[in-house]
Amino acid sequence: MPALIELSGIERIFHLGDSEVHALRHLDLSIAAGEYVAVMGPSGSGKSTLLNLLGLLDHPNIGIYRLEGRDVTTLSPEEQARVRSERIGFVFQSFHLVPRLTAAENIALPMTLAGIEPAQRAKRVEQALKDYGLADRASHRPDQLSGGQRQRVAIARATIMQPAMILADEPTGNLDRATGEQVMRLLEELNQRGVTLIVVTHDTTLGARARRQLLMEDGELRHDSTIKNK
Amino acid sequence: MRTPDLIRFARDAATGNPLRTSLLILAMAIGVAAVVVLTALGDGARLYVISQFSSLGTNLVIVLPGRSQTGGFNPGNAITSTPRDLTIDDAQALLRASAVHRVAPLAIGTSEISYGGKLREVMVAGTNAQFIEVRRLKLAQGRFLPDGDWRRGAAEAVIGAKIRDELFGAETALGQLIRVGDRRFRVVGVMASTGQGLGMNTDELVIVPVALAQAMFNSNTLFRILVEANGRESIEAAKAQVSEILRLRHEGEEDVTVITQDAVLATFDKLLSTLTLAVAGIAAISLAVAGILVMNVMLVSVTQRTSEIGLLKALGATGATIRSAFLTEAAMLSLAGAVLGYLLGQGGAALIRQLYPAFPAYPPDWAVFAGLGTALVTGILFGVLPARQAARLDPVQSLAKR
Ligand SMILES: Nc1ncnc2c1ncn2[C@@H]1O[C@H](COP(=O)(O)OP(=O)(O)OP(=O)(O)O)[C@@H](O)[C@H]1O
Ligand SMILES: [Mg+2]
Repeated sequence: MPALIELSGIERIFHLGDSEVHALRHLDLSIAAGEYVAVMGPSGSGKSTLLNLLGLLDHPNIGIYRLEGRDVTTLSPEEQARVRSERIGFVFQSFHLVPRLTAAENIALPMTLAGIEPAQRAKRVEQALKDYGLADRASHRPDQLSGGQRQRVAIARATIMQPAMILADEPTGNLDRATGEQVMRLLEELNQRGVTLIVVTHDTTLGARARRQLLMEDGELRHDSTIKNK
Repeated sequence: MRTPDLIRFARDAATGNPLRTSLLILAMAIGVAAVVVLTALGDGARLYVISQFSSLGTNLVIVLPGRSQTGGFNPGNAITSTPRDLTIDDAQALLRASAVHRVAPLAIGTSEISYGGKLREVMVAGTNAQFIEVRRLKLAQGRFLPDGDWRRGAAEAVIGAKIRDELFGAETALGQLIRVGDRRFRVVGVMASTGQGLGMNTDELVIVPVALAQAMFNSNTLFRILVEANGRESIEAAKAQVSEILRLRHEGEEDVTVITQDAVLATFDKLLSTLTLAVAGIAAISLAVAGILVMNVMLVSVTQRTSEIGLLKALGATGATIRSAFLTEAAMLSLAGAVLGYLLGQGGAALIRQLYPAFPAYPPDWAVFAGLGTALVTGILFGVLPARQAARLDPVQSLAKR
C-alpha cells in the first residue's frame, strides 16, 4: 500500500531581514492512509509549518511532497486548490468560522466553493448536523454557539467533502478539558472510519492517544514513535 | 462557485457591514443622481429655448441690415463701407418671391406713452397687419392693425397687456385715444399676455403702423424684416430668393444678413447640447470619485476579511473564486448605488418640473444610460485592484490574522 503522504528532503526557510529561520530542516516523513499521528514539540519547533505544508497552504524551499503518489509541489495554484478542496480538511485552534454565516452555511461552505448543487449540499449538511449533534443549531451564527459547538461545526465543515486526511492544529487549544476531550473523540471516530488524522498538540496526554507520535524540535523531526531512535 | 451562490455570498458580505455598505451606495447614488438631475436641467434648458424660439413663429426667415457673416473679401463692401439700410420698399419687394408667404417689416424705437395724465416709457414697434400672423401672436381684445398701404396707415395702435393694465386699469382701453411721442393714436386692440419669454415681449409693446413709427423716429429704416416662407421645405428657397431680391435692389451688394429660424435654433440646440454634455461630464467626475471610494472601501474590506480569505483558500477556493467574490460585491454595491441614484435623480427632476412647470426638466436617455453605465464600470474597474489583492493573499499569513 503506497504511503498517503511522503515528504523527502523538505526544507522550509523564512527570511527575516538578514537572518534566516530554518522552520523545517531536511525532513523525511512518510504517513500511510488511515494513520493517527500526533505532532508535538516546543513552541517554534515548526509544527504548524509542517501542517501548512501538508495542507498545501505553504511550499517547501527544497524537497518533494508526494500526496497519494503524486508530486504536489509542482502543481499550479488552481490544481492545489482542488486538492485542498477534495482531499484535505482543516481544523483550526481558533475555529475560523465565517461570523455572518449560520452553522449550516459554514458547514456547507467547502461544497459551495466547489460548486456542488444546493440539493446535494442540503442533504449532506443535514446529515452532518445530525452526526455532530448540531441539528437544533443549524441557523445559529457562530457568536451564538459555545466553543465546543463551534469546533464541532468546524469539524463538520472539514469532513463534509469526505477528505482523505484531516489536519488539526491544536484543535482543543481554545477549549476546556472536557470539551476538548469530546472534540478529540469526534476526530478519533473519523480516524476509525479510515480518515488519516494528523493533530498538532502541546498536550502530551492528548498526544499519547495517537498511535504515532512525532516530536519536532528546532525544525527537525527528533523522534518518531514508529522508528526506534532516529 | 455557482453564480447564485456567488451573488448570495457577496450580498451577505456587503450586508455584514451595513454602515460601510450604505455609505458606499450613497456615494455612488449621489454621483448618478447628479448626472440625472444636471442633465435634466441642461436638456430642459435646451427644450425650453427651442420651444420659446418656435413660439416666435414658424418657417421664419429674418432679414437684418448689415452683413454679419464674413464671406471672404467683397470688393463691393470695400468701396462703400456703410451698408445700405433696409426700407419699406425692400420689404414690399420681398412679396414678389414665390417661396414667401407673408412679410412683416419691423421698425423699433422707444417713446413715451401717456393717457389720462399717466406717463411711461414704452417700446414702439412699427409694422403691418401681417405681423400678428408671422409671429403667431394672439389678441386679447379688439383687432390688429388693418391691411393697407404700408407707407401710410391710420393712427391706430395695438397695446400690450401690461401697458393696458397700467394705463387703463379697470377702464376699457378699446377706442381710447393715447399719445405716443407727439402723436395721437386710437387703441384698436390689446395683445394677449404672453408672460416672460425669449425675444420681444409684447406685453410692454405698443404696435403702430410702420410708416407712422418711422415718422415718429424720423428715419426711414427698418430694424428687421420678418418673412414667413410658404412651408418648412421652402425656407431655404425663401432665404435664397430674399437674398437675391435685396442684392439686386442694393445694386449688387450683399449688405444684408438673412438668417433662418432653423439656423438660429440649430445654433442654440448645439450650444445647449454641448452645455448639457459638459455638465454631465462634470457630474461624472463625482462618479469617478465614488469609484475611488469603492476601491478604498473594498481595500479596507480585504484587510478586515484577511483571515476569512485565508480560510476560503484553505477550504479549496481558487484565486479566481475569491477575485470574483470581491468583484461581485463591488459590482453589487455599484449597481445598488446606481439604481438608488437613478431614482433620486428622477425624483429630483420631477420636483424641478413640479416647481417650474414651464421647464421640461427630463433627463435625456443617453445621460441616464451613461450615468448608470459609468457607475457600474467605475465600480467594477475600481473593484479589480482590491479583488486581485485579495486573491493574491498568502493563506498561511492570512489565517494567522485575527
Ligand atoms: N511567516 C513566517 N516568517 C518568518 N518566520 C516564520 C514564519 N512562520 C513561522 N516562522 C518561524 O518558523 C518557526 C516555526 O514556526 P511554527 O509556527 O511552525 O512553530 P510551531 O511549532 O507551530 O509553534 P507553536 O507551538 O508556538 O505554534 C518559528 O521560529 C517561527 O518564528
Ligand atoms: Mg503552531
